[in-house]
Amino acid sequence: MSNTFDDISQQLKRRHRKSTRLKWITMGSLGLAGLFLVLFFADMLNKGLPAFQQAYIQVEINYNEEAETDGRQAFEEEFLPVISRTVVRTIPLELRNNPDMVGASTNEWVLVDSEVDQYLKGNRSSLDPEQEAAIDALVESGKVEMRFNTTFFTNGDSKIAEYAGILSAVVGTVMTMIVTLAISFPIGVMTAVYLEEFAPDNRFTQIIEININNLAAIPSILFGLLGLAIFINFFGVPRSSPIAGGMTLALMTLPVIIISTRAALRSVPESIRHAGFGVGCSRWQVVRDHVLPLAMPGIMTGSIIGLAQAMGETAPLIIVGMVAFIPDASVSFTDAATVMPAQIFTWSGEPEQAFVEKTAGGILVLLAILISLNASAVVLRKKFERRW
Amino acid sequence: MQTNQLLLIFCGALLLLGLLAFFAGRSKATRIRSAGTAMYAQPDQYAWFTVLSTAGPAVLVSALGAFVLLLMGAKIPTLYLLAASLVMAAIGLMVSLNQVKPDFHARQAMELVIRMILASAALISIFTTFGILFSIISEALRFFQMHSFWEFITGTTWSPGASFLASAGRGDGSGAEFGSVPLFAGTFMITAIAMLVAVPVGLLSAIYMSEYAPSQVRTIAKPVLEVLAGIPTVVYGFFAAITVAPIIVTLAGFLGLDASYNNALAPGIVMGIMIIPFISSLSDDVINSVPDTMRQGSLALGMTKGETIRDVVVPAALPGIISATLLGVSRAMGETMIVVMAAGMRPNLTANPLEDMTTVTVRIVAALTGDQEFESAETLSAFALGLMLFIVTLVLNLVSVLMIRRFREKYRVNNL
Repeated sequence: MSNTFDDISQQLKRRHRKSTRLKWITMGSLGLAGLFLVLFFADMLNKGLPAFQQAYIQVEINYNEEAETDGRQAFEEEFLPVISRTVVRTIPLELRNNPDMVGASTNEWVLVDSEVDQYLKGNRSSLDPEQEAAIDALVESGKVEMRFNTTFFTNGDSKIAEYAGILSAVVGTVMTMIVTLAISFPIGVMTAVYLEEFAPDNRFTQIIEININNLAAIPSILFGLLGLAIFINFFGVPRSSPIAGGMTLALMTLPVIIISTRAALRSVPESIRHAGFGVGCSRWQVVRDHVLPLAMPGIMTGSIIGLAQAMGETAPLIIVGMVAFIPDASVSFTDAATVMPAQIFTWSGEPEQAFVEKTAGGILVLLAILISLNASAVVLRKKFERRW
Repeated sequence: MQTNQLLLIFCGALLLLGLLAFFAGRSKATRIRSAGTAMYAQPDQYAWFTVLSTAGPAVLVSALGAFVLLLMGAKIPTLYLLAASLVMAAIGLMVSLNQVKPDFHARQAMELVIRMILASAALISIFTTFGILFSIISEALRFFQMHSFWEFITGTTWSPGASFLASAGRGDGSGAEFGSVPLFAGTFMITAIAMLVAVPVGLLSAIYMSEYAPSQVRTIAKPVLEVLAGIPTVVYGFFAAITVAPIIVTLAGFLGLDASYNNALAPGIVMGIMIIPFISSLSDDVINSVPDTMRQGSLALGMTKGETIRDVVVPAALPGIISATLLGVSRAMGETMIVVMAAGMRPNLTANPLEDMTTVTVRIVAALTGDQEFESAETLSAFALGLMLFIVTLVLNLVSVLMIRRFREKYRVNNL
C-alpha cells in the first residue's frame, strides 16, 4: 500500500465532487423538464391571447334599396376594405327579413376584416403601405377599436377568419363526452367491481386483467380503426356523429376508469367488508351499501381524469370523421359534429395568419377546461381522501 | 310505425311490467309472511327478484334479436321482435311470481344474476380487444390479397399513386407500390429522437426526485410533470409545427445545414417532452421501491451517495427502468397527432433527421381521411399498417410487463 493519507483524502475529495456533480445534473434535468413546460405555456399564451381581442369599426349602415341585392351599397366606399366580408354579406338577408328597415340608417360597431385585424395586432398581413396608413388614421380618429372577441365564443367554424368561433366544437365536445361517460362509466365501474369483489382467482380473471392493462397501452389510433370498421361500416352508426366518436372514446377511456376504480375499491379496508358479512349481508349488499359509497370519491377522481384524457384525444376522432366543417352547433347525437381538438387540428391546417391565432386561442380554451377538470379531480381527492 | 315510437312503446310496456312484477312479488311475499310462515328472504328481495326475471329475458331476447338482425342481415320485423320480448317478459313474470315461496332463496338468486351481469360487463374489455384485432386483421387480409405481404414488409417504395383509379374501374392500379420500410424507418427515427430526449431527462429527474429532493420539492414537481402528460397531443403537434420546427430550421441555417420545415427533429423533440412524465413517474416508483437496506449497505461500505446511486440503486432498478423505456417507445410509435401536424407526408428513406420523413401513423391518417372508396388498396393499406403497429406495440407492452414482473419478484415489491 503506497497510498499515503494525502492521496486518499485527495481521492475522497474527487469522489465527493463527482457525487455532488450527479446531484446537480439530476436537479438540472428536472429543471429542464420544468423549463419545457414554462416555455410551452409562454409560447401558447403569447400566440393565443390576441385571439381573445378583435378589432371593431364604427360605421354608418344605410339600409337603402340597392343594399337589398348588394350589401356593399350600405356602407361608405372607403370603409369597405376594412369591414369584414361577413358583415357586408348579411345586410341583404337582414333587409329581406325586415322590409320596413329600408331607408333607415344606424351607427354600429362591426367586425373588421382579419387582415386588418392582424395588422393592428402587429402581425404579418397582406396590406400595402397605403392601406396601412388609412387604417392608422381610422385608429387615430377612434373609429377602430380593439375589444373583447365575443364572436370567438358565440360562433361556429367559418372559412372567414374573423367570423370563426369555437362554439360548435364546444357543443360537439359536450355531446361526445356525454356519450363517452354514459357508456364507459357504468361498464368500467361494473368491471372493476366484478374483478375486485366477485371474481374468483382463475385463468379467466387473469386474462381479463392482462387484457385491460394491454388495452390501456394500445395506440389510440387503433381504436379509431375499430370505430371505423365496426361501429361505422358494420353497425351503420352515422359517420362524424357524436355517437360514433363517443363510443370509440368510451372504449379508450374504459381501462382508465377500470384501473382507477379498482385502486379505489382496494383502498377500502377489509374490515368494512368483514363487518358487513358478520351481520349477515350478502356480497352484493356489502358492495352496494358499504364499499361503493366509500370508494366513490376515488372512482369520481379516476373518471374525471379519464374524461379529461378523452377530451384531448384527436387521432381516433379523425379516423371516424369528426373533423367536419360545422358552422352551426347542433344539439344532436346523430348529426355531424366536431370536437375542440379536431377544430384545433382543422384550424392549424389553414394557411392564413389569422387562423394561427385562432388555433392558439382554441388551444388556450381547451387547456383551461382540461386544467380545471384535473384540478377539480385533485380537489375532490384531497377533500374526500380517507386514511384508514 | 316508426322504429323510435315502437322502441318508446316497448320501453313503456317493459317498465309497466317491471312495476307490476315488483308490487305483485312484494305483496305475495308479504302475504305469505304475515300468514306466519318464515321465509328465506325479505319481501323486497322477492320483489326485486321478480323484476329481474321479468326484464332480464326480455332485454336479452331483444338484444339477441338486434344482434342477429345486424350481424346476419336476417329480416325480422322490429315489431315482432319487440312483441316477442314482451311475451318473454310476461312469461318471466309468471314463472318468478310462482317462485315466490318460503323455501326459495331470492337473495341468492339475485346475487347470482348480479354476478353474471358484472361478469358480462368485464367481458366487454375482451370484446374490445377482439374487435380491434378482428377489424384490423379482416381488412388487412383484403389488402394482402391485392398486394403481396413480402412486398409490404421489404419494399422500399411507398407510392399508393393511382391505386384509387383501379377501384374506380379505370386502370389496373399496377403503378401503386406499398413497401412499408420507409414508413417504419421514419417511425423509428422519430421514436429514437424522442427517446434521446425523454430517457435522460425523465430518468435523471426521477433520480433527483426519489434520492435527493426534499419532500416539498417532490410534492410540487410530481404534479407539474404530470401536467406535461395531460396536454393533448394535438396541442403538442401545433407547438412542434409552429414553434419548434422554425427554430430548428434557423439553427440549422446558422450551422450551414439545410433543414426542411417538416424535419423529423421537431416532432421527435416535442414527442420526447411529452414522454418525459411517463418515464419519470414509472422510474420514480421503481427507484423508490428498491429496498433501503441496499442503499444503507452501500453507504456503510464507504461509497459516496453518487456512487451508491450509480452502482447500486440504478442497476437494481434497471428492469423497471427498461420497462418504462419500452412503454415510452410503444407510446412514441403509436403517437399520431404530433407527427401528422409536424412531420412530412413524403415517404423518405434517409438517416438525416433534418429532412422530412413520414411515419406509419401519418400514412394511416392520410389513407383514411382522403375521399377514396373504402375498398381501394390505399384505404385498406391503413389497416395493414395498423396491424403492424398493433403487433409491435403489443410485443413492447408484453416485454415491459414481464420486465416489471421480474423486478417485483426479485425485490418482493407489491405496489408496482
